[in-house]
Amino acid sequence: MKKTKQLLACSVLLASGLESAHADYTLNLVKGVTQLSHRLYDLHMLILWVCVAIGVGVFGTMFYSIYHHRKSKGHQAAQFHESTTVEIIWTIIPTLILIGMAVPATYAVMDIDKVEESEMSIKVTGKQWYWDYEYLDNGIHFESHLDEASEKTHRVSTMDPRSVPNYLLNVDKPLVIPTKTKIRFLFTSSDVIHSWWVPDLGWKKDANPGFVNEAWTYVEKPGTYRGQCTELCGRDHGFMPVVVIAMEQEQYDAWVKTTLEKQSQGPDLSKQSRASLLAKGESVYLKNCVACHQIDGKGISGWYPALRDSGKVIGNVDQLIGFVQAGTSKMPAFKKLPANELAELVTYIRNSADIGNNVNDEFQPCQALTLDDLDELFPDNDDAGQQCKEHGEVKPTAKTASAAAGS
Amino acid sequence: MSAVVAEHDDHHDHHDHGPEKGILRWVFTTNHKDIGTLYLVFALVMFFVGGTMALIIRAELFEPGLQFVDPNFFNSMTTMHALVMVFGAVMPAFVGLANWMIPMMVGAPDMALPRMNNMSFWMLVAGVLLLASTLFMEGGAPASGWTLYPPLVLQTGKAFPFAIFSVHLLGVSSIMGAINVIATIFNMRAPGMTLMKMPLFVWTWLITAFLLIAIMPVFAGAVTMLLTDKFFATSFFDAAGGGDPVLYQHIFWFFGHPEVYVMILPTFGVASTIIPVFARKPLFGYASMVYATGAIAFLSFIVWAHHMFTVGLPIAGELYFMYATMLIAIPTGVKVFNWTATMWKGAMTFETPMLFSIAFVVLFTMGGFTGLMMSVAPVDFQYHDTYFIVAHFHYTLVPASIFILMAAGYYWLPKWTGNMYNEKIGQLHFWLSAISVNILFFPQHFLGLAGMPRRIPDYAIQFADWNMVSSVGAFIYGFSQLLFVYIVIDTIRGGTGKVTAEVWEDAAKHGLEWTVPSPAPYHTFSTPPTIIPTEHIVDH
Repeated sequence: MKKTKQLLACSVLLASGLESAHADYTLNLVKGVTQLSHRLYDLHMLILWVCVAIGVGVFGTMFYSIYHHRKSKGHQAAQFHESTTVEIIWTIIPTLILIGMAVPATYAVMDIDKVEESEMSIKVTGKQWYWDYEYLDNGIHFESHLDEASEKTHRVSTMDPRSVPNYLLNVDKPLVIPTKTKIRFLFTSSDVIHSWWVPDLGWKKDANPGFVNEAWTYVEKPGTYRGQCTELCGRDHGFMPVVVIAMEQEQYDAWVKTTLEKQSQGPDLSKQSRASLLAKGESVYLKNCVACHQIDGKGISGWYPALRDSGKVIGNVDQLIGFVQAGTSKMPAFKKLPANELAELVTYIRNSADIGNNVNDEFQPCQALTLDDLDELFPDNDDAGQQCKEHGEVKPTAKTASAAAGS
Repeated sequence: MSAVVAEHDDHHDHHDHGPEKGILRWVFTTNHKDIGTLYLVFALVMFFVGGTMALIIRAELFEPGLQFVDPNFFNSMTTMHALVMVFGAVMPAFVGLANWMIPMMVGAPDMALPRMNNMSFWMLVAGVLLLASTLFMEGGAPASGWTLYPPLVLQTGKAFPFAIFSVHLLGVSSIMGAINVIATIFNMRAPGMTLMKMPLFVWTWLITAFLLIAIMPVFAGAVTMLLTDKFFATSFFDAAGGGDPVLYQHIFWFFGHPEVYVMILPTFGVASTIIPVFARKPLFGYASMVYATGAIAFLSFIVWAHHMFTVGLPIAGELYFMYATMLIAIPTGVKVFNWTATMWKGAMTFETPMLFSIAFVVLFTMGGFTGLMMSVAPVDFQYHDTYFIVAHFHYTLVPASIFILMAAGYYWLPKWTGNMYNEKIGQLHFWLSAISVNILFFPQHFLGLAGMPRRIPDYAIQFADWNMVSSVGAFIYGFSQLLFVYIVIDTIRGGTGKVTAEVWEDAAKHGLEWTVPSPAPYHTFSTPPTIIPTEHIVDH
């Protein structure tokens, strides 16, 4: 019924000359929030109106002719078939129009190219299928994945996309930039070609593996601006959005401070309940694993192995942790996964009904660490590390752990 | 569709008889009309295969969320839809028309190289079947888009080498077809049929054939480099080994841009053939039409990187390719103005071929307008890889190439079969197609401008309404094409009655094909015609 109504509404819209009170969609190009995007919008409108004017002229002539010069009205066919004058006129006039368009377009191209004199730089790396942001000036570095609600909804056919806010256009960690600052972006990729696009900024730029592209922006107004990857990059190409939050300088500085603090903190090694481990483990799984191993843990036959009933998953747990951290020729190495996330993930894939495994065990963050790891993480041997050791849950050393895994 | 009439003519020697009996006739035939029929039937079948893939895509996009297919299969569908439509439907259909009509239009008894003609058809079948077989291979059909960009295409499963070999086969087939067209036009024209008296369909195909010979080896080379990158440790497109993935894009589009003109130039030729007949007027500006076609063909070789404005070109490259691309509007404009001037003060009637041709002029021009918008490099930074692009090239392919192929079908079916098609159903087919094709593609402009990228199986909620409209249009359009199949079969079986040799009023003034009986005998112009129709050219 809902669908029928929508359908009806759509056809009415179509018939009524596209007038609409519906706020959800637009018909014209996004105007954007930068000076550049406004200029491109104006250029777009200029060419659009030129085309409309030519169209009215040509189609008007044609339809006049179709109506009046028809045999059924007794019109006798004239026999003219050439006129050099006319041919010259309709070659010259379009040429002049094109020159008129080329001039502002040339200036716009030159402006887009001006990346110099930027005040800060952000390196954007496209990966299958998320973005990796690195602030070159202050060392902030994080990954930006599709948000959990969208991730789950598009993978489970019974869930309704309309109930998810900003479905497919939301991420877990958005890119944060200051307003009124000229920002230089550097684009590259670690696998296939991606393309980074936020319509409100007025451009997109390809991220090519092995090469670096540049672009710049200067956002006036604070706000949240959303976009997507626009270069086909494989299976989950439709599921790697871009979200940019522009903040006033002060708020941005505060954000930088808290983010840097969080980044320098070690993993949270406190003990968790089984329920918490499983729930958090699902988030870790959705972010890092689901693209290949799928939401039901069945993988994809011929491509990605199943986790369900897999000996590697439900077998020796230290071996499993080593495997996740080392990766394979096909699977990336998840070395950077913090101990708590590793423990949550391992608990989840071994025990979740969604994945279809039930080993009936649980792992605490400390158990994902070796003594070497602890020394590295907490060189001052502070409370958190000490706590772990007191629990006695830490694996003795890397060497003995791998020896145990080998047996 | 075939005209199976053995000619019993005393002037012919004993070896010159009608077609063989049975299925082997079609396997071994070297007759240009038989091969033309084979091409056309094959193209029609592939049109429905590719169309089914399009409907799978539109069904998935009917609503937000993933309902029917896996994202990887979706990507395979967009890839295979494009490859099947380009290499299996549109190009073979025009080769079929060339086979049937070029010898009859220039007063030749057959194509210049009849055995190669047969071979190029069967290589096409082999190539397309091999391509289709990849759908059933481990890892699925190629899913990297028809452009086959590395490094993504290197992630293809078992299908990878098969897809590349099929591209090789299709390329060889196209090149042989092109050689045949050129050899026929240069060597087999009837006395008095000078180059500047040839019908425009022949002219446009001559130029298209040169494009094909120039570009197919380039494509074959590009995919061969992909093959060696994958299996023989070369690094043409791999930065880690000193290569560059963008290099592939340059090579591909050096092929790809002329390739899209391969599909549109013969379209121009058919439109220039049909419109004068139903306007009962000579074509306006015959010579300028020929020169404009040549100009468009030349420009097609120097504009390729406008497909790559966002790839990170140097500013000089951006500007050069923008200016060069804008230039295409000039000769293309000349063509549209000439068609309009041909209709002006004519005595028009609106049979189905004319209806499709007029719709072609209008809707192709709309595709041309969006093309002009995209030529402006800075604004293309917004348009690139969105549904705006999808709308643009479908306007230049569906209501342009496909509509003109339909027009050609209606226009020449009576000549091929000797029977008239059902005009009422033909007009129904036209109106259903013309309306639904706009419901299908026009909303895609809005989607692209609003920010919907191409090649995504699922989308944000604000794109839902126009996607639904577009999908409804797609299904109406797709199913109304079945009417064409019905009409073709009905016409072969007798249609609405026998036709004269001329079929359309005064058509014989416009082309030699209307001077031979309907249906066209198995062998035509065994002796060259003596009178060359010159209605379409300057004749003071």
